[in-house]
Amino acid sequence: MKGMTIIVKTVSSWVKMLIVLFGIYIILFGHLTPGGGFAGGVILASSYLLIMLAFGREFVQKDLPLALDSKLDCLGALLFAMIAVLGLVLFDKIFFSNFLYLPGKEFELISAGTIPFSNIAIGLKVGASLFLVIFLLSTFRRETSANK
Amino acid sequence: MYIFYVLLIFMIIAAIIAIETKNLLSAVICIGALGFGASLMFLFLRAPDIAITQIVVEVLGLIILIRSTISRDLTFISGDKEFFGTVISVVIIFVIFLAGIKVFETLPEFGTAIFAQASQGASQAYIKEGLQNTGAANIVSSVILDYRAYDTLGETTVLFTAIIGATAILRKKARKVLEEPDL
Amino acid sequence: MPYALCFLLFMLGLYCAVVKKNMVKIVIGIMVMEYAVNLFLVMLGFRVGGIAPIIDRAQYDPVMQQVAAGFVNNSVDPLPQALVLTSIVISLGSLALMISICVRTYEKYGTFDITQIRRLKG
Repeated sequence: MKGMTIIVKTVSSWVKMLIVLFGIYIILFGHLTPGGGFAGGVILASSYLLIMLAFGREFVQKDLPLALDSKLDCLGALLFAMIAVLGLVLFDKIFFSNFLYLPGKEFELISAGTIPFSNIAIGLKVGASLFLVIFLLSTFRRETSANK
Repeated sequence: MYIFYVLLIFMIIAAIIAIETKNLLSAVICIGALGFGASLMFLFLRAPDIAITQIVVEVLGLIILIRSTISRDLTFISGDKEFFGTVISVVIIFVIFLAGIKVFETLPEFGTAIFAQASQGASQAYIKEGLQNTGAANIVSSVILDYRAYDTLGETTVLFTAIIGATAILRKKARKVLEEPDL
Repeated sequence: MPYALCFLLFMLGLYCAVVKKNMVKIVIGIMVMEYAVNLFLVMLGFRVGGIAPIIDRAQYDPVMQQVAAGFVNNSVDPLPQALVLTSIVISLGSLALMISICVRTYEKYGTFDITQIRRLKG
């Protein structure tokens, strides 16, 4: 799949940084403002989708190959399960207990125990999964119409 | 309160156009309008988390629908429906709709929070003691990641399974097996 | 009355998923049903004149560790919102799965029409 004109390529390579920054902000501040892991993960997936639409599929395949994307997906799910199991085994003997009593007051960035880490794990997982599916749908489409 | 009626009527008109039109591109655009109307409804129903999630999910869903269906050959749907089956389905759906309206008369009026008013219920406990127990100022975040984190683990598993299913269907290697001649 | 309109939206989606013959129209009907259900769940927790369930710094008393009574009496229910949040993301995953099934079937049979896909192999 070919990319678009050079104006689109230049602008989208600047805008991609803004979208990634916005996605990370929504994930990290999920316990203070509206947002959370799910919305932030979908925004991260859409930043890579913009690059795929503007530059073509081969560029993204070199930049973030599918094998690495699958591993990021599994890493996110594994982090989330590990936070759950650590609460069971080590700290409070309760599954999914909020075991981090970090020194932080309320309404600040470092507060609320394990909730920011869970947000990061979920954002990683959702973003990687959705990008994988959209990439595969585009790849499949091009192969079938090339066979005709 | 009138804004709710205006947005709901807009959504119903968009749904009717999306269902009845013969052009696939118009149907997909009306689904986009439906999603944006739903996001505005969520904003006026005082749920900003859900409004953000609905808009970005709507955009990604539109991209998936357009890229996989419009660039194939048919954009016009033709063919006639069988008449008898259609009439029976419409009659049954209309009867269910009338019965459902009677059930909705028994619910409390729109605007009184049904769950949150039970004084021993879960919602009152989450609102009163959420910040003190978990330390998160966003109560919805503390509900999905601390009080009900097991449900979030289940949701992650369901999303994982759906993506694995989609990946397994769209693989390249499976097509070679299908092209072998049957014995 | 808003409940009735939401239920009408659900019935429209059900009609589309049952009656239509094009596979993409069936997928569109299922999506309309999902929107209607999410909307209904959030409408159950609404309170007239309510405020969003996010605590501001001015409403919290750090000495007594108590939230202001104005917030507790006026806030909207957070529990249906937590249910709907996961439901929206799951609907995107299931849309991807349904579209991949449609794409595969198109590649094998050459059409989106379900009345012409009656041959089952094996």
